[in-house]
Amino acid sequence: MSVLEIERLTVSFHRRDGLRRRITTDCVRDVSLAVARGEVLALFGASGAGKSLLAHAVMGLLPPNALAGGTMRFDGHVLDAPAQAALRGNRIALIPQSVGHLDPLATVGQQLRWAARRAGRPMTAPGAVAEALSRFDLAPAVAGTFPHTLSGGMARRVMLAMTMASGADLVLADEPSNGLDADNTARVFRCLKSFAEAGKAVIVISHDLPAALKIADRVVLLDRGQVVAEERADAFTSDGEALCAGYARSIWNALPQNGFSRACHEA
Amino acid sequence: MGSWKAFVLIRLVRLALVLAGVAVVAFLLAKLSPVDPIDAYLGPDIARVGPEQRALIAQKWGMDQPAGVQFAKWFSSILTGDLGWSVTYNASVADVISERFRSSIVLMGLAWLFSGIIGFSLGIWAGANPGRWSDRIIRLYAYVLAATPTFWIAILLLIVFSVGLRWTPVCCAAPIGVLPEDVTLLQRLHHLLLPLAALSILGIAQIALHTRVKMIEIMQSDFVLYARAQGGTTLDIVLRHGVRNAALPAITVLFASLGELFGGSILAETVFSYPGLGSATIEAGLRGDVPLLLAITLMTTLFVSIGNTIADVLYHVADPRISSASETWREVSQ
Repeated sequence: MSVLEIERLTVSFHRRDGLRRRITTDCVRDVSLAVARGEVLALFGASGAGKSLLAHAVMGLLPPNALAGGTMRFDGHVLDAPAQAALRGNRIALIPQSVGHLDPLATVGQQLRWAARRAGRPMTAPGAVAEALSRFDLAPAVAGTFPHTLSGGMARRVMLAMTMASGADLVLADEPSNGLDADNTARVFRCLKSFAEAGKAVIVISHDLPAALKIADRVVLLDRGQVVAEERADAFTSDGEALCAGYARSIWNALPQNGFSRACHEA
Repeated sequence: MGSWKAFVLIRLVRLALVLAGVAVVAFLLAKLSPVDPIDAYLGPDIARVGPEQRALIAQKWGMDQPAGVQFAKWFSSILTGDLGWSVTYNASVADVISERFRSSIVLMGLAWLFSGIIGFSLGIWAGANPGRWSDRIIRLYAYVLAATPTFWIAILLLIVFSVGLRWTPVCCAAPIGVLPEDVTLLQRLHHLLLPLAALSILGIAQIALHTRVKMIEIMQSDFVLYARAQGGTTLDIVLRHGVRNAALPAITVLFASLGELFGGSILAETVFSYPGLGSATIEAGLRGDVPLLLAITLMTTLFVSIGNTIADVLYHVADPRISSASETWREVSQ
């Protein structure tokens, strides 16, 4: 059964022009998708396709001038604003993009403890913080350091540890490979895969399709706010014959193992 | 920590240069002042003093010599620690300053503390709820008061609470006609109330506005978004992230505003006839009491410079992002 079901989600921004006329811009349009426990869903699209906005809409963290339409369900229950406020952090977790999402003036250990407490699972045992960090190859000493000393890969793993500590069932990873080298990218994606193997539902938002394909079960392609294709991940890794939609096909063509061919094999 | 020593040394040299510069400029200004010290000293008795006697006084005070020589004499005696003699109070300048400073430090210290604590709290509250009613009220208060002269606030308080309501005394630091040793603590506090209020009210506005802007910036930051994503409530986020991140800039502003505190205290003390450093400054200026005026000027300069240095150092020491970088000291000491 799906943990998260999104039906016809639309996110629009309102602003007023010089004549105080209302201008509405749809940034996400009619998006429907679902993700089940144990599954990794890759949400792929170019920059500005509305991927992060979709994640923020699920979390209920859209900016004040944004409006979300459509319905979302979490574990079968309607996911409206009060439900989002109640589930945020403890059942639904967000892994943000960069080290800038950690408080610069609080130590890693403190922030890990805060995340756990906010999720209702305070870390009271003496070695709990060190243990939580060691699961993600982080030394216990990292707990006493400030975020600015962390490398991009370490910061990402700290946020993975915070997510793990929250015990969430649904994990939204926003560009988890942004600014990371291949080695660190692989490490982070392995951790995300292990989340799915532990029974969580994982949505990976990425523009790095080759890396995401290594762990994804399904791929949803987003283009200018709309879902243009939803495919099983192995459709991209095989010969590409299964891909019929134009955008999906052109992306398959652009994958490294397919020789970055720009030629179009339209059926 | 060689860089530490270099930093302190550079700061000390710079402080000495600032003090020397201020001494020269203040001396020049005092010399250019239309107030003639001898006339001011004699007051109405001037009619009974002949030119010979005037010349005698001028000679005794060393005022018959050229300004350069006067300055050299005064400056060299300052360097030996002798601040001179105040003709206004007929006591040594060092004694006058230490006595006045004791009553002023209570007033200024408390005003500084109150404006810091209250201003910071109001700023946090307003910044955490931008656009709401509480924010609008706090902002209105802060803008109006930031644009209000100290003496006007002081006079207004005096009219309302001392003259109208008769809740507070009209002047001074203690009841008139009571020996200093008989004044109770309660009486002192009662007399301190209005000057303290006048001085604090203005400091609050500045700190509140600074903190508010910083707080709005913090509440829109990525780490607050992440804290919300973790399920943090607004109160939780304000206390854990907001206060921590807004405190440093607020403390810096607080230390850097010591100069304004001195300026404010001069006006507030004058309105309330509070016998502190501020009213002594006015008195020294009007009576042409150059040694006292210059000594107060130098002391204020020292105080404000130290405050600014603390503000600088604090920012660099307390922020973990900067304190770990060794370039810091070079940057600060440039």
